[in-house]
Amino acid sequence: MNATGRSSAADRGLLAPTDRKRPSVRWSTRLAHGALLAVLAVAGLGPMLWLLKAATTPTQDTLRTPMSLWPNGFDFANLVEAWTRVEIDKYFLNTIALAAGSWAVQLLVAATGGYALAVLRPRLGRLISGAVLATLFVPSVVLLVPLYLTVLDPPLIGTSMLNTFWAVWLPAGASAFNVLLMQRFFANLPREIFEAARVDGAGPYRLFWSIVLPMSRPIIGVVSVFAVIASWKDFLWPMLVLPDPDLQPLSVRLPILQQFVELDVFLAALAISSLIPIALFLVFQRMFLSGASLGGAVKG
Amino acid sequence: MTSTDTRPAGVTGDRARPRTAARPGRRGPLARARGGLPTLVFLAPMLIVFGAFSWLPIGRAVVMSFQRTNLVADPVWVGFANFQQVFADPQLWTAVQNTAYFAVLALLFGYPIPLVAAILMSEVRRFRGLFSALAYLPVVVPPVVAVLLWKLFYDAGEDGVFNTVLGWAGLGPYAWLQDADIVMPSLVLEATWAAAGGTVIIYLAALTGVDPSLYEAAEIDGAGVWRKLWHITLPQLRGILLVTFILQIIGTAQVFLEPFLFTDGGPANRTLTLLLLIYRYAFTNSLGGDYGAAAALSLLLALVLTAFSVLYFRLTRSWSGS
Repeated sequence: MNATGRSSAADRGLLAPTDRKRPSVRWSTRLAHGALLAVLAVAGLGPMLWLLKAATTPTQDTLRTPMSLWPNGFDFANLVEAWTRVEIDKYFLNTIALAAGSWAVQLLVAATGGYALAVLRPRLGRLISGAVLATLFVPSVVLLVPLYLTVLDPPLIGTSMLNTFWAVWLPAGASAFNVLLMQRFFANLPREIFEAARVDGAGPYRLFWSIVLPMSRPIIGVVSVFAVIASWKDFLWPMLVLPDPDLQPLSVRLPILQQFVELDVFLAALAISSLIPIALFLVFQRMFLSGASLGGAVKG
Repeated sequence: MTSTDTRPAGVTGDRARPRTAARPGRRGPLARARGGLPTLVFLAPMLIVFGAFSWLPIGRAVVMSFQRTNLVADPVWVGFANFQQVFADPQLWTAVQNTAYFAVLALLFGYPIPLVAAILMSEVRRFRGLFSALAYLPVVVPPVVAVLLWKLFYDAGEDGVFNTVLGWAGLGPYAWLQDADIVMPSLVLEATWAAAGGTVIIYLAALTGVDPSLYEAAEIDGAGVWRKLWHITLPQLRGILLVTFILQIIGTAQVFLEPFLFTDGGPANRTLTLLLLIYRYAFTNSLGGDYGAAAALSLLLALVLTAFSVLYFRLTRSWSGS
């Protein structure tokens, strides 16, 4: 529906082709678009450009004249100092480890669960589907305290997961949204292919690994990118379950660093922290800017 | 079908096929594997992770709100005492008011702006990707980075970033985060900056879905741009406007990061929100975590928000079904 809607809208939108020919309409839309572009550039790009500038400017210049461009030259040492002396490298690696593990757990849970529910269709499938879906309605606030206590005293394991990455990785996997996405995608794959594979002697494992997964690259890509971004953004949960500074990700560490690191180095640390999410966005722009963002919004 | 359950899935008994074919449609071609070991293997990660980190904690949230728990002694049932304690806390009403104020301001700032931007952008013919990328960029900036950066922008001194810019126009300086009257709008301004791009993209997708023949029909009747906007575009967006409204209520009711990092609830509790209060009950209590009160308040908030979630789900499902 989206694709057809887009192609027909490419022909025309609110303005009729005849409207566009009228000089008054043409000039007012051009003016409005120019103004909008200026506003978007200042509001969207401005703060990040300022950060980039301030990260390479000595502290005194940023404090005295925050809007001038490098009045006393560059200070690239900030970035190096942030990376080494402030140990941003360590927190950066922690962030990556947390993102990678959350990604792996989310993908494992969503892919296998979605495959079981959509393709294997177990007897209690509808019940399980319903129980997974129901968690979508539960706002994350309700989980905060009981999940924290679960991490302190997890069922069956018997030893606290506090100060281990598992405390972040495993709860990240309980994303009903991911399971739903995968399940829907798998359910829409042509079942004749499954039947053909079965005739050729493929069992459920083979079918999953050699047929379903390779056919599901688009949805795996969507889930992956959003998993990494969400993990990078996460703050409250890692702060609660990783009190040990040596294990904390950037998001948890930055507010504390602010208190005892010089401003220019701190700004360099902020700039470094934004690097990966922005790079991911630039590379996978179409994924972010298509309808998938509607789903991403639900998770908040 | 029970007999097939024990059969190893790799063994494809040819006799099984006619049986599945006898019940067409209802089961998939892999029906013989249903309930077998492989199915269990595939279900296991989901069942374990959801069981331990979603279903169990949800149940525990309900139980805990009726208990006194401090992790050391065994939990004690206390009936509605936690709820009574929460309702007797004068800070609760401060937090409810502040959260509602944040939500209303977020609607005032964050509702019309993305709509206007999206309607303008939908008429852009060239470089539309540039427009949407610029609008969406703040959404991918890590929220902690955004808040810490804006904290600098909001510096109260004359040399603060915003005060410098406003000073060019002879305004200010303002104490963005210290002045009790403007601290909340300051927080909402940052939150809107961080979130508006996502809403713009949602509206853009909805706008491209408006049937052009509706516009053509209106033009035949002699409708101008503004009348088309009012009588076709906006009514066509009614559903998605309701959805973003609900999403925004659910999101803003759980606002935590901005008040926590910008002001830690201050000045004088003017930015103490519900989630910040829950956090304080549970994690910064000098007497040890008051998990019962925190769970009780979470549960109350969740009940209200769940109603919104259900509404959201019903709305979106009825569309995708049609």
